[in-house]
Amino acid sequence: MDPATPDREPLALYIHWPFCLAKCPYCDFNSHVRDTLPQARFRAALGTELAWEAARLGPRRLGSIFFGGGTPSLMEPETVAALIAEATRLFTPLPDVEITLEANPTSVEAGRLRTFFQAGVNRLSLGVQSLEPEALAQLGRRHSVSEAIAALEAARAIFPRLSFDLIYARPGQTMAAWRRELRDALALAADHLSLYQLTIEPGTQYEALYRRGEIVLPDADGAAALYEATCEEASRFGLEPYEVSNYARPGSESRHNLAYWRYGDYAGIGPGAHGRVTPPGSPALLATRRHRAPEPWAERVERQGHGIAFEKPVAPADRAREMLLMGLRLAEGIDAGRFAVRCGLPLAASIDADVFAQAQDAGYLTWNGARLVATAEGRLRLDALLSHLVL
Amino acid sequence: MTDTPIDHIRNFAIIAHIDHGKSTLADRLIQHTGALSDREMTNQVLDNMDLERERGITIKAQTVRLTYKAKDGQVYELNLMDTPGHVDFAYEVSRSLAACEGSLLVVDASQGVEAQTLANVYQAIDAGHEIVPVLNKIDLPAAEPERVRQQIEDVIGLDASDAVEISAKTGLNIEGVLEALVTRLPPPKGDGNAPLKALLVDSWYDQYLGVVILVRIKDGRLRRGQKLRMMSTGAVHTVEQVGVFTPKMIPTDDLGPGEIGYITAAIKTVADCNVGDTLTDDRTPTAEPLPGFKPSVPVVWCGLFPVDADDFEKLRDSLAKLRLNDASFHYETETSAALGFGFRCGFLGLLHLEIVQERLSREFDLDLIATAPSVVYRMQLTNGQTKELHNPADMPDLSQIDHIQEPWIKATIMVPDEYLGAVLTLCNERRGQQADLTYVGNRAMAVYRLPLNEVVFDFYDRLKSVTRGYASFDYAMDGYEESDLVRISILVNQDPVDALSFIAHRSVAESRGRAICTRLKDLIPRQLFKIAIQAAIGGRVIARETISALSKDVTAKCYGGDITRKRKLLEKQKEGKKRMRQFGKVEIPQSAFLAALKMDA
Repeated sequence: MDPATPDREPLALYIHWPFCLAKCPYCDFNSHVRDTLPQARFRAALGTELAWEAARLGPRRLGSIFFGGGTPSLMEPETVAALIAEATRLFTPLPDVEITLEANPTSVEAGRLRTFFQAGVNRLSLGVQSLEPEALAQLGRRHSVSEAIAALEAARAIFPRLSFDLIYARPGQTMAAWRRELRDALALAADHLSLYQLTIEPGTQYEALYRRGEIVLPDADGAAALYEATCEEASRFGLEPYEVSNYARPGSESRHNLAYWRYGDYAGIGPGAHGRVTPPGSPALLATRRHRAPEPWAERVERQGHGIAFEKPVAPADRAREMLLMGLRLAEGIDAGRFAVRCGLPLAASIDADVFAQAQDAGYLTWNGARLVATAEGRLRLDALLSHLVL
Repeated sequence: MTDTPIDHIRNFAIIAHIDHGKSTLADRLIQHTGALSDREMTNQVLDNMDLERERGITIKAQTVRLTYKAKDGQVYELNLMDTPGHVDFAYEVSRSLAACEGSLLVVDASQGVEAQTLANVYQAIDAGHEIVPVLNKIDLPAAEPERVRQQIEDVIGLDASDAVEISAKTGLNIEGVLEALVTRLPPPKGDGNAPLKALLVDSWYDQYLGVVILVRIKDGRLRRGQKLRMMSTGAVHTVEQVGVFTPKMIPTDDLGPGEIGYITAAIKTVADCNVGDTLTDDRTPTAEPLPGFKPSVPVVWCGLFPVDADDFEKLRDSLAKLRLNDASFHYETETSAALGFGFRCGFLGLLHLEIVQERLSREFDLDLIATAPSVVYRMQLTNGQTKELHNPADMPDLSQIDHIQEPWIKATIMVPDEYLGAVLTLCNERRGQQADLTYVGNRAMAVYRLPLNEVVFDFYDRLKSVTRGYASFDYAMDGYEESDLVRISILVNQDPVDALSFIAHRSVAESRGRAICTRLKDLIPRQLFKIAIQAAIGGRVIARETISALSKDVTAKCYGGDITRKRKLLEKQKEGKKRMRQFGKVEIPQSAFLAALKMDA
């Protein structure tokens, strides 16, 4: 088997659970609040979509499953178990298949961690977000600092792999305060952390506050300093920045997320889920998107077997842009050989040669004859770099 | 309208500083004589364009015929001539004044005489006008009629003892103004049987009628159907319509000596109608044209470029449309390495330039980049040729230039005493030469000779700021003089940006070069790569600034669901960049071009 042939690379499977107990003010994900969760209906619909996707993709090795949301820890553990069982039956799981579930560290959810593990989840991603009580309140989180710590400790005892999220560069946060909080977090960390700078997303409550001047974010220099401090602190604990906002012990990188950044095949099921898949015999990579609203999605699945709202081949030039914008986020960069196969275009023909030369001089990009890599300096300015670099 | 005997006609202009109440007084006169019903009155009837109303300036001359029954029981025809009110239009003003026998000098009784008033009143005196001083805003608590009366006598040398005291706002003593017009202004003179001799006062484009010409008949009669000859060009047109403004257009059979009115003659563009020209009968022409005719010549030039290169044709059309109504404005195509295709445009002055730019953006919805305004230099080349230069980009190598002359102005600045020091400092910084300095009460009047190129940048803004808006300013062209001028080039990452180059006197070149580099550093946002900005004279770099690279710009979260959105965003950014002005890989925002024009930090 040739691992460089993309349609033979293991598949990554994303399963979206669209419900939350409450909407957080900074979040623009596809999440919805319901009085009672339609567990049975959504379990059935997700199962139907999974089967539909497996049928058209044919036999594939399965590298990872990721339950994202929303708040997938609100799923009944039986639902999670059933979907894992179904996925591993329909595809051929790698021996070390990575199965991640996102969870919130409230006491209720923490109480069910063991059942999720028993259902087959072997990696947990906890949405801790902060270890400061005021920050948790400001971010609209429903858990306390002590609940978060309890959940982390419980999870470490149960799951072989564990990650959690923090949001920094929050309004009013000083460098010293962040370093303190981050050190506390690193002391609790296992093998992986996602450390995000707060971003104001359109359509969120935070955007309204930001527009009114009630939220002030650090300027570019301040944000850069916080970012560099973050890398420094994480590295000291042995967690290396392998992606713009993700830190892991070498070998503990999220295999599922690597599939996105390496621009591999991933199938996305559930409301609003996106995918990039190459069905056998398909001339091109397909971009897929499921219907966003939960109940209309379920109706479509019940009627036609899938909830696809959009599906279109991705043209080579677009593939090249997508692979560049994802791949340069990674410290490992982009493999030129794999790029050419995946995009149908040579890497050299997909970037502006002048910008490349200038970026190399400025220390933003490196090229060793096989890999194009954005340096730490380059990743810090990646959006601006991409807007010049891609064709 | 031939039934008014010539000795019952009075033609008058109103001279006033901005805000001293000219338009309000005109409105009251129109109202008082019943030319318009109350329902038809909008505030400031005469200022047609939004821009004119906003800025309180008049760009085109306009007239209103008022019918007034005086206290002597006789009915008089009073023609109010509203003149353009700015120094840029000094020639146009002089022609409007030449159409009248007298002027009302309106002075704000709480403010006193201003520089602009002064220049205009001298023009009126030169035109032989009888002048009736009017003290306006007499109702204000701050009004000081006695002091202002004295000032008019001291500064202008006019007898102000019987100045008419009014409040145009409340309508107080409007009757007094009308009586003064009848009793104190002379009637026009003219011979109705002589060959036609009429002054072309102004013209404008009307989308239904074509060009409308405002005329003042000196001798003879002007009739519908008459074959009319323009004496400066020899062009002949058949008069289609003759009439007067009340201010509504009312057609009449003819116009006789002393009368002011309009004609239309199927003329397509105002460029065919030169202000100050003499109109006569083609078959029985007058022997001599009226004195004082001058073709209009642009004094200030700048480049106008569309922000979006796709708007070039739209800009061309818009300029053509503007020129339909404004012959004093000139344009020719210009190609800039930095800005692409655009136009080099000539204006009567800075206000004129601003008005045109503003109209282009407002009425034609165009986003423009304007380059630094340039005056017209005269170059004597070593090969013996003389050349005019109004674009720094066209300046030849210094070895080919024997010498350059630059235009000078004579500026009159009136300012309260406490700001005089700041004004003198400003004038001296701008290479000014003091010609006169006098005091009127606590107001100083400084007369300076200044090189025009020191004034075209931000002189007004600086004057306003150092005097907190209390100075008034006026100028007249005052010849050419040889000068030691150099071109300063601005380089972005070693590439010269032609649209940012400018010409300055050698003595100020270095400080200007430094100032513009500093300013550009503040205006050009930090970008992916660091940017070097340099100012150079010839090959010698005189100033340098570096804009460091932006420090952070990266999306925090980017997973499988974000790819499409991120790619589209990227494509949009790329599209946006195409429209942006790029120099090497540097994006220079429009604001940098505009603000780079302001020389002082």
